[in-house]
Amino acid sequence: MYTFSNRLKLGSYIAMAVGLICLATGFFTAPSNVEEAKAMVASAHGDGHGGGHGAEAGHHGTEGEKEYMDKSGHGTEGHGDAHAHDASHHDEHLLHQLQNRPWAALYVAAFFFFMIALGVLAFYAIQRAAQAGWSPLLFRVMEGITAYLVPGGIIVFVILVLSVLHMNHMFVWMDADTVAHDKLLQGKAGYLNPTFFLIRAAIFLGGWIFYREYSRKLSLAQDESDDNSNFVKNFRWSAAFLVFYLVTESMMSWDWIMSLDPHWFSTLFGWYVFASMFVSGITTIAIITIYLKSKGYLEQVNDSHIHDLAKFMFGISIFWTYLWFAQFMLIWYANIPEEVTYFVARFQDYQLPFLGMVALNFVFPLLVLMNSDYKRVNWFVIMTGIVVLFGHYLDVFVMVMPATVGDQWYIGLPEIGGILFFGGLFTFWVFNTLTKVPLQPKRNPFVEESRQFHY
Amino acid sequence: MAATTFKAIYNDDDVLMNAVKKIRSEKYHIEEVYTPFPVHGLDKAMGLADTRIAITSFMYGCLGLAVAIVMMNYIMIADWPQDIGGKPSFTYLENMPAFVPIMFEMTVFFAAHLMVITFYLRSRMWPFKKAENPDVRTTDDHFLVEVEVGDDEEALKSLLLETGAVEVHVPKKK
Repeated sequence: MYTFSNRLKLGSYIAMAVGLICLATGFFTAPSNVEEAKAMVASAHGDGHGGGHGAEAGHHGTEGEKEYMDKSGHGTEGHGDAHAHDASHHDEHLLHQLQNRPWAALYVAAFFFFMIALGVLAFYAIQRAAQAGWSPLLFRVMEGITAYLVPGGIIVFVILVLSVLHMNHMFVWMDADTVAHDKLLQGKAGYLNPTFFLIRAAIFLGGWIFYREYSRKLSLAQDESDDNSNFVKNFRWSAAFLVFYLVTESMMSWDWIMSLDPHWFSTLFGWYVFASMFVSGITTIAIITIYLKSKGYLEQVNDSHIHDLAKFMFGISIFWTYLWFAQFMLIWYANIPEEVTYFVARFQDYQLPFLGMVALNFVFPLLVLMNSDYKRVNWFVIMTGIVVLFGHYLDVFVMVMPATVGDQWYIGLPEIGGILFFGGLFTFWVFNTLTKVPLQPKRNPFVEESRQFHY
Repeated sequence: MAATTFKAIYNDDDVLMNAVKKIRSEKYHIEEVYTPFPVHGLDKAMGLADTRIAITSFMYGCLGLAVAIVMMNYIMIADWPQDIGGKPSFTYLENMPAFVPIMFEMTVFFAAHLMVITFYLRSRMWPFKKAENPDVRTTDDHFLVEVEVGDDEEALKSLLLETGAVEVHVPKKK
């Protein structure tokens, strides 16, 4: 049985407390009216930036700017009007962006840690459905991580409900006034409306959490039973879950992320988000397994298990890059205005995180984990894992921020607070679940194969 | 052939594995083992050094990447610039995304093909080469171990038989 070390527990409490303070500060310092917003931008950037903003307001012809205007609820009819009219819209838009910032920071971090748990759940279901022989020794670790689905999913759901209640301006299509002035959004209203949105979210979360809890129950029952019926049942449910997951995960990525840019769409977006959550999840399994081993638990887990996890980290990192590039290149080459705005916004205002994450998520794991021997050096795996996790946080950041805060982004108090709070909660919840049952399954029919596993 | 060798024939891979371990623990040098299929773990049991083919593969991949970059730069930028899809080819960097698939394919092509060729040459296999096989049964269902003869031939012979060899071929005296 694993006992939650006091230092780790204390660390997670401190992270949650500090994170909460940072997040609260972010919410309190957000401007409440247009004057405050303008003053904030002016003082933050000095007088040099004021001029820059004037210039930006002038070139409304560019697609990027047009997209921003559309999204903030001005409709297109305002464009030809007087500049004074545009300027006040611009200020209101700025206010919304600044008000969105703590919300978006909260949402990015909440989604990121939720996504880790969901990625692990998919990995776990694949191991179950494939009846993999190497991994049963790691099942308890995976089940521990997926336990976070419950609090993480509820928090994400609450944020979505608050968005529907207009507590923030993250999802512009939720604003009836915007939709009234936007032909495209009216066309999508049958799918993209607040009620159906929340119903879908509830179905997704309900299904995932149900599978997680039921599979965990069967997994524990298998240890106590004297036949393999629970194991077989778990296999069937896992296979069924994977079908459900594949559809719902894709829809979830449209709903929760892609609809932040409601005019834009990409057909492989679901896969792209999936690759991100899958690699983050596998990385987290590897990190937690190595941590537990370093504390003297999981003594049956050997180098080959770590090696296999690292192979997955390596492979899925490349898979992620493949999708990232496939999405980018087709849009870049076709150069269709309503598609290309997505990348114009990222190249203009997010160049460092947008290209930096490709270095972190692709070049770094590619070079570090390419050598077979390095995949079994624990500190190499940990180091790469931390870089990959940070890279995928940036990935979510760059997916969410351009649509919600535009060029007003900054990695400051609310962003760091979000990571600390949810990181602390995640750590606490996962390790607390690990203490509940023995870390090694007793009666899984493949546990002996897993014990003997060697590469 | 350097030293004279005994050729011991086995008919089971598990017996072979144990025999190899035993022979090595008795400080005999194993020249070569011929098997009809790859035997998992045999390289470790024989104490062979790790393969360096992965390093060559990496270098070939880098070479392929470089060739792709130079090639596309010559074809699409230097020699015959074209305006495809409203994207005139002025610099390599501006058009780089369009070249990534070629860069990738050439990397894989070079790494894979040159690695296979390297492997063949390193294994002393080239066209019209006559097979180096002391006994044709190793292509069917027998395993053959070549052990370098030390001072005491009789001791080695009895050791080989003891490890489960079904036949031991002693080289003919010249």
